[in-house]
Amino acid sequence: MITLSHYLIVSGLLFALGLAGVVARRNIIIIYMCLEMMLSAANLTLVAFSRFHVLAGLPDYSAQALVFFTITVAAAEVAVGLAIIVALYRSKQSVEVESVTKLQG
Amino acid sequence: MPALLFYLFALITLGFGLMVILARNPVTSALSLAMSFVGLAALFISLDAFFIGTIQILVYAGAVMVLFLFILMLLDIKAESDRKTNVAAIVGAIVLGAVLAVQIATVSSAHHQSDQSVHDAALNLVAAGNQMASTKTDLPTISKDLKAGILPDTKLMGLALFQQYGFHLQVMGLLLMVGTVGVVVLSKRDKEATR
Repeated sequence: MITLSHYLIVSGLLFALGLAGVVARRNIIIIYMCLEMMLSAANLTLVAFSRFHVLAGLPDYSAQALVFFTITVAAAEVAVGLAIIVALYRSKQSVEVESVTKLQG
Repeated sequence: MPALLFYLFALITLGFGLMVILARNPVTSALSLAMSFVGLAALFISLDAFFIGTIQILVYAGAVMVLFLFILMLLDIKAESDRKTNVAAIVGAIVLGAVLAVQIATVSSAHHQSDQSVHDAALNLVAAGNQMASTKTDLPTISKDLKAGILPDTKLMGLALFQQYGFHLQVMGLLLMVGTVGVVVLSKRDKEATR
């Protein structure tokens, strides 16, 4: 029997994986992919709560509208972020985080 | 949805998610992330969110991952060299991830609906259809589907977006436009610098 907490635990594990990736990896593009994974984990939580919060016999569509907006923001964020990465690669010839140390005191 | 399918898709989502952070080759990471999103879309569909599951595949596994792969191949990024492994970062990541996972498991098991299954929180489509048909703002295309016992997910999603969140939808359109202009400005070569 699959319960709400099953979905929440899958979502939590996915978020933890994304966070671990952001901390451990050095390639900026892979850090970006892990950020996307964390956003998707939050979406899974929203959709699970939407399904289990039954309003007048239907799922709560406010939560799914929020997921729709999150996906839109994530798509815009990826486009801008990758443009920044390309600009960074032009000036540093590298996408490793160690190559960007200008703000380090 | 049978329990077996839930475990299969959860395994696909988490297994390929693990591949993303373990793979040395960035292209392997990107393709694993696409598979992970496909598994996640299946989980969405198991929660009766057909529209969200579809745009998860179209937008994430389609558009976003193609953009990632395009940039990876455009910049021709090689696999990370393993000569200097940052032990502190890896240990920190494992500890942080484990703490977070335990925390989320604790919180989610404390929620008052945590032991409910989809059958306990059953949808009542016919009642919802009758209720909608009795209101002045009845949309026959939705209430007919509901009375027939079909969940018109995309139609209800459109109703929520355009009836309740119309202003927010326009703000999203503005955000996408600002994003597009921002990308063009960012990727334009500075004429003074190249001269």
